[in-house]
Amino acid sequence: MQIVIASGKGGTGKTTVASNLAFVLSGKYDVTLADCDVEEPNLGIFFPCNPEVQTVQVEVPEVLIDRCVLCGTCGDFCRFGALAVLKERVLFFQNLCHSCEGCFRICPSDALQKKLVRVGEILTCRLSDSLVLVTGRLDEGDIRTTTIIRSVRKKVSPDPVVIIDSPPGTACPFIETVDETNLCVLVTEPTPFGLHDLSVAVNVLRVLRIRCLVVINRSDGNDELIEQYCTENELPVLMCIPFDFKLLNAQNTGKLISREDKEWYLRFSELGEKIMKYAREDL
Amino acid sequence: MIQVAVVSGKGGTGKTMLTASCAALIHGNKVLIDADVDAANLALLLDPEDLTTEEFFGMDVAVINQDKCNNCGYCEGTCVFNAIQIKGDYPSVISYRCEGCGTCLLVCPEDAIKMKPGISGTIHTAKTRDGPLVYGSLTPGSGNSGLLVHCLRQKAGKMYPDASLILIDGPPGIGCPLISTITGVQIAIIVTEPSRSALHDLMRLITTCRSLKTGMCLVVNRYDLCPDITSEIIKRAGMENVPVIGRIPYDPMVVTSIRKGIPVVYNEGKASEAIHEMVENLISELKIYGTTNR
Repeated sequence: MQIVIASGKGGTGKTTVASNLAFVLSGKYDVTLADCDVEEPNLGIFFPCNPEVQTVQVEVPEVLIDRCVLCGTCGDFCRFGALAVLKERVLFFQNLCHSCEGCFRICPSDALQKKLVRVGEILTCRLSDSLVLVTGRLDEGDIRTTTIIRSVRKKVSPDPVVIIDSPPGTACPFIETVDETNLCVLVTEPTPFGLHDLSVAVNVLRVLRIRCLVVINRSDGNDELIEQYCTENELPVLMCIPFDFKLLNAQNTGKLISREDKEWYLRFSELGEKIMKYAREDL
Repeated sequence: MIQVAVVSGKGGTGKTMLTASCAALIHGNKVLIDADVDAANLALLLDPEDLTTEEFFGMDVAVINQDKCNNCGYCEGTCVFNAIQIKGDYPSVISYRCEGCGTCLLVCPEDAIKMKPGISGTIHTAKTRDGPLVYGSLTPGSGNSGLLVHCLRQKAGKMYPDASLILIDGPPGIGCPLISTITGVQIAIIVTEPSRSALHDLMRLITTCRSLKTGMCLVVNRYDLCPDITSEIIKRAGMENVPVIGRIPYDPMVVTSIRKGIPVVYNEGKASEAIHEMVENLISELKIYGTTNR
């Protein structure tokens, strides 16, 4: 089963929930923790290790100058503007290419060959007998966010229990992360920003037909805004994490609170059991 | 005209709160853009009055004409995005996976596939007490956020060609929408906070800004919550030649202001005070780029 921890809004505590949840669940299940926030992956900070590194590459076109007749067909075809055919040469803009493979098919002179280029990497660590961390990492300056997410998801797909840390937002990277998963836990905060972004994420998950659950983070007791929305939309609120300097400090300094503190271990265990119950219902 | 983007790498460090505060404190002829299109929150602090709304068309989407389709399945085998699936007797397009490349058209022997524009969202312009605002929203399930950012910036440039400052509330991350936000921008205000995660994300963002030759300055929000990491951030910024223009203390007044829907600088308190000071520093930084009439 695949369970996504997401939020819409950035910085609401996705990584806090994902890291602690995976840690407590690994006491009982074989858990894979997958970091799909590939632009800014942070799970590795809470689980330092020496990872096995695997390069992620994509296929892009390379022009064979002796075969190319500069007919312009590839440039006309490419809807992303990645190929521009000039009078004397063909320009290729790698950052616009989506690797759709259309240009290879359409070139009448067979003048494009496939070239592999690096866009990022996947780091894999066995943290314990029952916990594996798989992190996707996009190279700086590159835009192939979804390619890296797809590679991470492919790698972890056979595993029994997968906790996925999602990127913020609700566009392509989020969709690539949640598509065909079993359950999505949305972490929000009790402010108008939190509510707005929660509602956008819920609307996207409805289109994708994925069940969602809610965790309220940084609660100061004034959570009516979120609670009311969740009641109206029949979304179960599984946990309310108080604004707590001890938790904040652990999180800021890269420590896992449920490893350091028995009380927090129990709180996240309770959350874990609730989530597993919903996930089993869904299967 | 000068373009300034507020960005962060890590989400939730205070970009929107700071953008709204800068908008309130910097006078002159300016335009605001909310480029965090998946989580567009800037309007929530500005009490906007919508002026125009138009549809945003992202990439075209493949549509299969089932009357022409002979169900050969070539299109399904060709699509590298897995956007075509055989459902029942005929292939159909899962539109949220379709990237609009048009490769399926090349292999269809029956000419049964056409590319059609899909509405991906909307572009709004609004009037606010702190200047005109251009913001967008994506249709649920739609991608193309980088393209939408590009269109928002184009729209702002066209509608307000005489603006002396374009102030952009940016997206988190370092990927497509961020690159679309900072391309051609003179200066990125990077908002960070003292945590291991934010520091890691900051270093990746600095590398990305540098590769696009965007100027940078740094603001440390909630700096007093973890003084050790704040010192480390300031040291690393120094090594990267990124000037630190502000340190904002933790102040519950920030959340109170967000709940009231106003920028924190409209209230008093230690965060508000620090932001006033930061904006003074920002204006001196901007003068290097030759602008802003207060």
